[in-house]
Amino acid sequence: MVQKIAEYIATHPQQLAEQIAAHIGISLFALFVAALIGIPCGCLAAKLQKGEAVITAPFEMLRVVPSLAVLILLIPIMGTGVPPAVTALMILAVPPVLLNTIVGFRTIPDFMIESARGIGMTESELFWRVKIPCALPMILAGLRTALVEVVASTTLAAKIGAGGLGEIIFTGLGLYRMDLLVLGGGLVAILSLASGWVFDILTRRMLRYKYV
Amino acid sequence: MIEYLKRHPEKVIGPLTEHIWLVLVTLVISLAIASFLTVLAMRSEKVSDLLNNIFSLVYSVPSLALFALLIPITGLGRTSAVIVLTLYNQYLLLRNFTTGLREADPVACEAAKGIGMTDMQILTRIRIPLARKAIFAGIRLAIVSTVGIATIAASINAGGLGILLFEGLRTMNIPKILWGSVLSAGMAVLLNAVLKMVEEKM
Amino acid sequence: MPIIQYDNVCKKFDNSGRLAVDHVSAQIEKGEFITILGSSGCGKTTLLKLTNRLYDPDEGKVLVDGENIANVDPVALRRRLGYVIQQVGLFPHMTIRDNITVIPQLMKWDKKRMDERADELLTLVGLAPSEYRDRYPHQLSGGQQQRVGLARALVLDPEILLMDEPFGAIDAITRLNLQNEFMKIQEGLGKTILFVTHDINEAFKLGSRVMVMNEGKLLQFDTPAEIVKNPADSFVRSLIEAARSQEEFWENVR
Repeated sequence: MVQKIAEYIATHPQQLAEQIAAHIGISLFALFVAALIGIPCGCLAAKLQKGEAVITAPFEMLRVVPSLAVLILLIPIMGTGVPPAVTALMILAVPPVLLNTIVGFRTIPDFMIESARGIGMTESELFWRVKIPCALPMILAGLRTALVEVVASTTLAAKIGAGGLGEIIFTGLGLYRMDLLVLGGGLVAILSLASGWVFDILTRRMLRYKYV
Repeated sequence: MIEYLKRHPEKVIGPLTEHIWLVLVTLVISLAIASFLTVLAMRSEKVSDLLNNIFSLVYSVPSLALFALLIPITGLGRTSAVIVLTLYNQYLLLRNFTTGLREADPVACEAAKGIGMTDMQILTRIRIPLARKAIFAGIRLAIVSTVGIATIAASINAGGLGILLFEGLRTMNIPKILWGSVLSAGMAVLLNAVLKMVEEKM
Repeated sequence: MPIIQYDNVCKKFDNSGRLAVDHVSAQIEKGEFITILGSSGCGKTTLLKLTNRLYDPDEGKVLVDGENIANVDPVALRRRLGYVIQQVGLFPHMTIRDNITVIPQLMKWDKKRMDERADELLTLVGLAPSEYRDRYPHQLSGGQQQRVGLARALVLDPEILLMDEPFGAIDAITRLNLQNEFMKIQEGLGKTILFVTHDINEAFKLGSRVMVMNEGKLLQFDTPAEIVKNPADSFVRSLIEAARSQEEFWENVR
């Protein structure tokens, strides 16, 4: 089987490169947009005294919905291809980012804020130099969860015509070719583990004060 | 949509039943394995860390990929599906079980040790009752996650509600797609809500 | 002119029945070390926070350097005062040096001046600069963190230091050392200090004058010796009695 896989790679280098690029591209884009939406909204939501449950409840519910259902549900509305895929991915990635951002801001100790105000920081200085750094670990954890979700769902999105490494797996399933299944599965596994690893390294750099 | 159900009830009920079967069987096997592994993990911090690292690695691999990698070994169908679903559950169950048990009132546990209870006795009589909320939360997360991933299992001939989604997609049959989405999402949301209510009362 | 003046100051919080600070009037002169003594809920922390406008009074006014602080920008005011709290509140993601110079950074001091000031203050509070300036708060003990808290409060060389139970979260032995060292530092600096505490021994040891508070009211404001000689009411008397009986206990143990 290893031979067959090697053969396939040798005869389809262009296609493989495209699929890997598409997979990474779609995932990163969706994650980026999810961060762009989820973090500011989470920050605003954390400021509300009451009504937090009203905001978090629908997102908690969204987290629970199977990703395949979200992906395929968009087809009748948006057709096939990259747009519905990216939309579905955004819908799936925002909840963990948003919810973690809210928790991140909510769990800043009161005395930390009092200390900052007391030594003479303005509200804006307090926000950027104290609140955000304190909430950052939780926000990054939310992004990490979203990353796993997004890479996994991009794999499925190949089924709705968005490209990516999932294509290899679905082809393998259709043609009953073990070599494609192992190649596709293996590449996706490597990609998700590698992206997680890179994210963890970036996190450690951003939070390096914790690891001294 | 209702029309479709009236005309082909077995096409909707069939996958639904298969889906429930997958979830239940996976749950039973997952709990058995997770319980055993938890006891091991509680004995040694190193074992606990090792297991957590292994399963969190597994959990971060997309389910479709794991299915694909397993097929050459265990073939298409329900067996592969149950194996993969069980593996994913281990991460959720172990994490919640060990955290819950470890954090269960350490003062009470130390007192129990002091009056002469064995580790096993402490585990069963003190930690588990105190940690029942965390334990139940782990089970709830595992169930809901299984409902979700089981939809994908349809692609490897394991049946389940995913069939409605995949076939509906192939033939652009909107009612089918809707039934697939509504039932799978509905099952997940409903189970989560109901189990959460039970959890709150614990 | 007194450096701080309280004119019939009142403060009420929505969810409580009585006034947290109940018509408090007092004058504090430059260079005094004032300790504010009372049990939980007596209003001493509230009074302190009224002085740097973390709270604003419902009635009456607070004057600093003769000026009604209600007319002063709160941020500017707080940068004129030093503020130290019990939980210290060092920012976990900044080094010790950055924690000390956080406000100078915002005021755009140049780097050399900030580094020199940080080292100067670290030496003053008894921490070797080369060893501590690049560490993070979580690497320091509670006592060390509070020394940094003090350094941070002194960075702009304020005339007045507000301190809210600064040694409250620290073990008894370290606390004693910190008290003694702080008194020595204060001798060199000559600041005006407002020091809140619930520990009568600490209040009487450190303060040149003591404000005794209970249930929002200022019961007595005098030197420790005077308070002991002439307690203003039964509450103050019972405080002295409690401290006395402790002393007797230790005498008898000998």
